[in-house]
Amino acid sequence: MNKTARPPARLVLEDGTVLHGFGFGADADSIGELVFNTSMTGYQEILTDPSYRGQTVLLTQPHIGNYGVNSEDEESAKLWLSGLVVREACVRASNFRSATELSDYLAQHGVPGIDGVDTRMLTRRVRDHGEQRVLITRDVSTPDAALVERVRSAPRVADVDHVQKVTTETTYRWDRGYESVFNPPAPGAAKDRPRIVAYDFGAKRNILRSLAVCGLDVTVVPALTPAAAVLEMKPDGVFLSNGPGDPAICSYAIESAKVLVQKLPVFGICLGHQILSHVFGGKTYKMKFGHHGGNQPVIDLLTEKVEITSQNHSYAVDPKSLPDAVEITHKNLNDDTVEGLRHKELPVFSVQYHPEAAPGPHDALYLFRRFVELLEAGKC
Amino acid sequence: MPRRQDLHSILILGSGPIVIGQACEFDYSGVQACKALRADGFRIVLINSNPATIMTDPEMADRTYIEPITPEVVAKIIEKERPDAILPTLGGQTALNCAMQLHDMGVLEKFGVEMIGAKPASITKAEGRLEFRDAMEAIGLECARSRLAYSMSEARAALDEIGLPCVIRPGFTMGGSGGGIAYNLEEFEEICGRGLSMSLNSEVLVEESIVGWKEYELEVVRDKKDNVIIVCSIENFDPMGVHTGDSITIAPAQTLSDREYQLMRDAAIACLREIGVDTGGSNVQFAINPRDGRMIVIEMNPRVSRSSALASKATGFPIAKIAAKLAVGYTLDELDNDITKITKACFEPTIDYCVVKFPRWAFEKFPTADSVLTTQMKSVGEVMAIGSTFKEAMQKALRGLETGRNGFGNVPGKPHCKPEECDLESIRPHLVTPRADRIDWVRTAMLAGMTVEKVQEATNMDPWFLDQLAELIHHEKELAERAGRGLDQLDAAFLRRTKAIGYSDRQIAAACPGKVTEWAVRDHRKRLGIVPVYKRVDTCAGEYPSATPYLYSTYAGSEDEVDTPGKAPTGKQRVIVLGGGPNRIGQGIEFDYCCVHAALALRELGYETVMVNSNPETVSTDFDTSDMLFFEPLTHEDVMNVIDRLQPHGVIVQFGGQTPLNLARGLRDHGAPLVGTSVDSIDAAEDRELFSALITRLGIDQPPNGMAANAEQALAAAERIGYPVLVRPSFVLGGRAMEVVYDRAGLESYMERHRAFSEERPLLVDKFLDAAIEVDVDAIADGENVAIGGIMEHIEEAGIHSGDSSCSLPPYTLTEGLAAEIAEKTRRLAKELRVVGLMNVQWAVRGPKVYILEANPRASRTVPFVSKAIGQPLAKMAARTMLGETLQDVGIQERLDLPFFCIKAPVFPFNKFLGVDTVLGPEMKSTGEVMGIDKRFGTAFAKAMVGAGNSLPTEGKVFVSVRDEDKRLILPLIDRLHGLGFSIVATGGTAKALENAGIPVQRVFKIHEGRPHVLDMLVNREVRLVINTPSGRRERSDDRLIRSSAVTQRIPCITTLAAASATIQGLEAWLKKPLEVCPLQEYHAQLG
Repeated sequence: MNKTARPPARLVLEDGTVLHGFGFGADADSIGELVFNTSMTGYQEILTDPSYRGQTVLLTQPHIGNYGVNSEDEESAKLWLSGLVVREACVRASNFRSATELSDYLAQHGVPGIDGVDTRMLTRRVRDHGEQRVLITRDVSTPDAALVERVRSAPRVADVDHVQKVTTETTYRWDRGYESVFNPPAPGAAKDRPRIVAYDFGAKRNILRSLAVCGLDVTVVPALTPAAAVLEMKPDGVFLSNGPGDPAICSYAIESAKVLVQKLPVFGICLGHQILSHVFGGKTYKMKFGHHGGNQPVIDLLTEKVEITSQNHSYAVDPKSLPDAVEITHKNLNDDTVEGLRHKELPVFSVQYHPEAAPGPHDALYLFRRFVELLEAGKC
Repeated sequence: MPRRQDLHSILILGSGPIVIGQACEFDYSGVQACKALRADGFRIVLINSNPATIMTDPEMADRTYIEPITPEVVAKIIEKERPDAILPTLGGQTALNCAMQLHDMGVLEKFGVEMIGAKPASITKAEGRLEFRDAMEAIGLECARSRLAYSMSEARAALDEIGLPCVIRPGFTMGGSGGGIAYNLEEFEEICGRGLSMSLNSEVLVEESIVGWKEYELEVVRDKKDNVIIVCSIENFDPMGVHTGDSITIAPAQTLSDREYQLMRDAAIACLREIGVDTGGSNVQFAINPRDGRMIVIEMNPRVSRSSALASKATGFPIAKIAAKLAVGYTLDELDNDITKITKACFEPTIDYCVVKFPRWAFEKFPTADSVLTTQMKSVGEVMAIGSTFKEAMQKALRGLETGRNGFGNVPGKPHCKPEECDLESIRPHLVTPRADRIDWVRTAMLAGMTVEKVQEATNMDPWFLDQLAELIHHEKELAERAGRGLDQLDAAFLRRTKAIGYSDRQIAAACPGKVTEWAVRDHRKRLGIVPVYKRVDTCAGEYPSATPYLYSTYAGSEDEVDTPGKAPTGKQRVIVLGGGPNRIGQGIEFDYCCVHAALALRELGYETVMVNSNPETVSTDFDTSDMLFFEPLTHEDVMNVIDRLQPHGVIVQFGGQTPLNLARGLRDHGAPLVGTSVDSIDAAEDRELFSALITRLGIDQPPNGMAANAEQALAAAERIGYPVLVRPSFVLGGRAMEVVYDRAGLESYMERHRAFSEERPLLVDKFLDAAIEVDVDAIADGENVAIGGIMEHIEEAGIHSGDSSCSLPPYTLTEGLAAEIAEKTRRLAKELRVVGLMNVQWAVRGPKVYILEANPRASRTVPFVSKAIGQPLAKMAARTMLGETLQDVGIQERLDLPFFCIKAPVFPFNKFLGVDTVLGPEMKSTGEVMGIDKRFGTAFAKAMVGAGNSLPTEGKVFVSVRDEDKRLILPLIDRLHGLGFSIVATGGTAKALENAGIPVQRVFKIHEGRPHVLDMLVNREVRLVINTPSGRRERSDDRLIRSSAVTQRIPCITTLAAASATIQGLEAWLKKPLEVCPLQEYHAQLG
């Protein structure tokens, strides 16, 4: 109950700013690139999303941990982010599904957190000056200046191939649909169980669940799996998952996908979408602070309807770099960035955002149905 | 898709007078709609009977009808104006019901008027209980089990199926009127009977009780392309069982996981799709079983609501404006986000702060009312607070309520018992039964050692909220310990931590030993560099830059988002207008109207205007109204912080009612540059002795009076002055505890009930001027010259609070000579007080003599009414004089003689407090007012009566029962009623008096005389009008029952002779000639 018992901690920014707050979670020092996420719910899903590897996540919703942590809402088996920054971390959760307190959960996974800092100020800093590296530490003796130096000498997100750190080591079948009763109805229903291979670049479980619940036979393969190995499995389609870091680094994935798009229907989400854009000769670029949240409006250029989407990306596809064969299907209503692509001849499409939600709105779930339809069309 | 080109002229329905369940929020939404649609080139025709609204300012619409919002009247307006469309979704339940009646009557079809915003079929589906349940079941959403009933026997049959406890919800009523929870058969019978009679279609729903579940609300907006967004989620602190309007609510929802929240979001969207709301906003309410997450849809409103106003203020997303745009064909993706200006309105706002809404009740005005909170709303206003965390927001809300609390903790008079002496078992009932002070009992319980688990068990409040409060209790103990060693012992780190969780300087001062003031705490913390920062409400948690300075303070931050400190970036001078805080009886929309006018006038003059207010329902807290909006509690600390931060040229305290006036002296003493009438002048008018001396000097009379520090002195004073006397404590305002007593016994009884007077706080004893005419005057002055805005003659005689009286402008019986004398004396007084701005003076006229009752050098409740009547914006003009302009500069013209009559009539909340006596007295009880305008006095009065919700009869029976003093005077009136074709019913004495005068009368039993008696006639609605004047001296037992029964049966009940006379004039006028409608613009054109 007593928050004041928490140890003091510091948040050290690359730009030299040092903020004082209170530590929770693991008692460990950790450096990551600061991103902010504006979702008001879904911290557990964010914590377990492999796409956050290398990043320290600031959640703008001030109260985090309120409904605890449960076994049903994990997006992977561990926490990938470097650290968590919040206004106020909840001490005691209140929800009938809660099994663990937030702070204990972070501690179990070795992730430090800091609260009691001005999260709006940090958000504005990232917004105006871009993503920068930050350190969370409970070290009370080292002078600020020395900590700032430490931050400045740490590697940047872009320098590391995070995908290889988060991908599965082995190939496995995924057959679990939605694991909780708190899920929407299945977005699609494939008739004769098409088989797909899902590349795991850091896949969120709810993508795999959504594919499985639509009646697909899902085999998950490591990121480095060559196209030939996939083709050997004789799948009906391929899925390219989300994942952390700079897509341009993942040349192996781009090479595999180059082969696969010529042979099979392919659906890509987030990093998978960026990889596909490289496959067709497009380029990606790093955004100032990306899109991380559950309220991004995306307009479907065909129907002119807007869907509210869950997003988590720091890179985006440069529309000018795309060849004529690729059509932009979705755009971000706020900043016009590319949100969805479709190949004009091949059965290949992708979106930058997260139709699987978790966390976020279910507006884009229909894309899984679209994939099922594509697979079924490919079959006959 | 741009706006529809086939529509040109749109009729917007307002919500009428302020009542419980329908307050300023519909002025806010209506104003947004008028502005948005006019900007698009539509011709706007507006109807609203409420003169205190901004929306009825003549420049807000092309044609403004201040007429009763009844289908008959609106039909006349439609016939005259021939609008292409009617927009009924922004005027609350009143507008929606009226539009549906017009639809059902075939008026819309006849004149080819399209209903936009919501279609009749959708409204029926959403509002009809059975239709709604079927619709929800069709899309797989669960509703509470329920059965509809249209009669008592059907209701009893329904009960067999549902069981007790159950919830009873009448169809087509607003604010849950007439509904309730029944725990036993007796309650069931009572609530069903009431519900059936209050429901527009005699329908009640008997429903499975889900009392104790968690309650949520989602604000949803949908366009014709099926783009749907959730603007805000709201979680109730008080679980199911307490009306949302009476619940403490929090935005955003705090205790739902994303999985649960998204299913609720899906359900809300599915609900709008199924109901068919496709061009506007709705709210959908849900209950969640905390044990297993089971979700139930409670209801949806296919219109903007009180909670959409709250959601708009909480997020910065203007729901009403967007809803209006969608109604005329726009889609969300083509509308801009007004706050960022660079993003679109088609998104879901996200917030990085916490918002707490706290209701404000007025049970002190209705001591005999049942103060238990149920499914029928009882609060009269609300405060909203924004903080970095729930704790900070909750404390800001509690101090913003102006109920004596300075936060959660250090509440005067609380805890209810000394923690160590508290018996947990005796606390428990106060936790179980929700009342206005349950939050204080939660604190008492925790201080007494009750665990969060036990409090949760008793209240069903979510433990997350209770844990937050427990953290405050924990900190309070640490604060008491540290502050106990002296203020200077509070170090910066601890003080910062204390301030960050919302503790006010006053709370900290109270924790210090000795007489430490809040000002000392303020000095101390400022020395330590502890000042709040201001953050922007920006719809997006900082993701995009905000172009709109809509701000809240927090002590839990390091970066401030007010642009360029010190002075406005434009180089303009800043003027701060202090608002009125939460609505309450005696201080409501009228003052907000004045504040808005001040802001608008000063912006026109080239000032940068700054609004400080805490009421989410209002136009003043629209971020468009001023150049900067600070959503802050109105306390010394919070206001001085804004002043420190902005260094304004001037601060206006005159317009927000008593709230800012109470702060005036403290603000001035600490360097705030107040403008307008000086604080000393305001005090001189309020201080009894100073004021007596002043008026004596000016040759103005006042009723004989005295002061008493004890009972003997009071009795002696009353003897000297002569009964009847008006008594009241000197330290209360708004007529609190003010009574007329007629004899020694009455005075003794009064003193028995109100013991709290002393040397410092004497009892005031005034001669009561029986049967005097009361006159209200609003004047405006520039320090040199004085102009009279309006002279209003009350219909009811003196002794009834001016806020509860009907009045006529111009006066309808007052002689020209007396009016001139009153005007002249008002001028003399304003000059002497060196009034700069507005002044209201109340006079009493008895025979040829004029007495002053009181003078208030500030904006009054009647300013908007007078402004509408005379076609001149008094508040705007007054604001300009306060910034140095002369009356000549502002161009005011006195218009004491109008070619038409304007009647103001009050509206009472008696139907929400059943059983409470409806008789009027010196203590104000009305929540709102309406205006009736017509060439003839009688018709204007009839319009006001109808506008106030009375169904004026044109035929049938009138029940008359008057006190002995009135019997002779009532005879000619009843004779006229008889002449109009009404038949007269009376009991005992009155019947005899009528018979003696030769007026045919049907004699009816008094209650104790046998059956059927008068109450039976009322219950059977055989009577269409009641005239019942109460005995001043002694309550006659039947009277009270007759009056409250009339209220229950919605039969107009007149309680004064003067009102009876005016009503009969109205009936005569009405029966002679059908009601005509005329827009305000045409009335003003007659003024030249």
